[in-house]
Amino acid sequence: MKNLSRRRFLTAGIVTAAGAAGLYGAERIANHYGLIPPDAATWYGPGETLDYDVQRIFGRHALAREFSPSQITHPPFRNEIGPKLPATYYQMEQNGFRDWQLKIDGLVSNPASFSLSDIHSFPARSQITMLSCEEGWSYIGEWTGVPLSHLLDLAGAKPNATYVVYRSIQPDYWWDSLDIFEARHPQTLIAYAVNGSDLTLRTGAPLRMRVPRQLGYKSVKFINHITVTDDIKRFGDGLGSSDPTYGYAWFAGE
Amino acid sequence: MADSVNIPRSSAAEKTTDIPARHSLLVRITHWITALSFFALLLSGGEIVLSHPRFYWGEIGDDLTRPLFQLPVPASRDLVPTGYHFVLPDQNGWSRALHFQAAWLLVFTGVLYLIWGLVSGHFRRSLFPNASPARWRAALVEHLRFRRPDPSQPQSYNPLQRLAYLIVIFILFPLAVWSGLALSQTFDAICPFAVQSLGGFQSARTIHFFDAIALTVFLVVHVVMIARAGFLRLTRAMITGHLDAEPDNLTQQDQP
Repeated sequence: MKNLSRRRFLTAGIVTAAGAAGLYGAERIANHYGLIPPDAATWYGPGETLDYDVQRIFGRHALAREFSPSQITHPPFRNEIGPKLPATYYQMEQNGFRDWQLKIDGLVSNPASFSLSDIHSFPARSQITMLSCEEGWSYIGEWTGVPLSHLLDLAGAKPNATYVVYRSIQPDYWWDSLDIFEARHPQTLIAYAVNGSDLTLRTGAPLRMRVPRQLGYKSVKFINHITVTDDIKRFGDGLGSSDPTYGYAWFAGE
Repeated sequence: MADSVNIPRSSAAEKTTDIPARHSLLVRITHWITALSFFALLLSGGEIVLSHPRFYWGEIGDDLTRPLFQLPVPASRDLVPTGYHFVLPDQNGWSRALHFQAAWLLVFTGVLYLIWGLVSGHFRRSLFPNASPARWRAALVEHLRFRRPDPSQPQSYNPLQRLAYLIVIFILFPLAVWSGLALSQTFDAICPFAVQSLGGFQSARTIHFFDAIALTVFLVVHVVMIARAGFLRLTRAMITGHLDAEPDNLTQQDQP
């Protein structure tokens, strides 16, 4: 221990203090640029945050791969639909979802509510992308819908918006959010058709989110409510999604 | 093994304290961090596989697709046709979090090790092949006869060891990182080459799986070889850096 001189002790102290200050500074800067995912305080923290940061720094605008029609998966895969849907869902399904409304509110200048025919009248986008699940399976389909970005423009989303929250008809069980970059991404759709036909019960009728750059669990089915916000902590447990409640990370780009 | 080519020092005549460190501090630190990360990755990776223990080739594969092969294990999801009449609890959330955390630790450690290995000459000195064909043959024969390594050359890895370490360091670990990255949809958006170079998303997953198997086989052989050569002695060397002389060497030294 003869080497542990006072100088060495002081150096170690300065390095530690600089490191702590550096970490604090990095956290402030990362927060300012929206590089801290809402569930970073949970123990998913460091790994998920690094994944998120690398992908946001290097690929904020990168496009998900699109495939040729011959690559579409046959027979199409339909995943399970989770917990029981409310009785009102089946009533609306019986009359062709004529009463289904997609509400958009929060930090917007014109809160609105769109019917399915409204949504069908908006400029559509079709894309053949992969849906991959965190379990390990994947399939390719052609989804058609209206870019979420278009709905945000129609409702007049304010420039200080940082997140877009979306809820299904099972709002407590399944709701989620995207940062404003993913929400504004041209491939992020409110989809109403897959492989040329309207969505069905198993594929999330009448509207589902499609986020092709993230895992399937971000592509929530049965969407009926969108909220634009600059304070994601106000929603649910403050973790940005119902996923962390069930053990899954908010960011699903890995 | 009398032809001790390129062996810096024959240590038989030296005392323990005069032997230069067998493992440098950086090798020791990165070795143990890598070991820790690998265990975390193996555990969490195995858990993730349980949610869909089927493997495919190409871009796609699901419960309706014919798999390349299927592991004979129960699954943690009830849609997967496994032949078992029960479903394991879903542990994917923390497994994925641990997998990414450990992967970052492994990547940072690996990059540090690679830079240091190139700059310091560690790769050139200790890992790249240094043997004549005759020594190669001798090492192979020795190995196949399950002979213990030559105690007169404790400072040098033998040719087979060098080859195994080179494969692990320059092929298996980089491939694990590359195929792992290819499983990220956002990463594939940024760099489609990652997944295309491996033949598709499901191919990347299958390659990732076999790579993990290969690394696990290496780990088992590695531990068995260490056990045969003196588990405590070599493990102590990987912790302290110094390789104690073998007990029988000591007795030889004591009898002039």
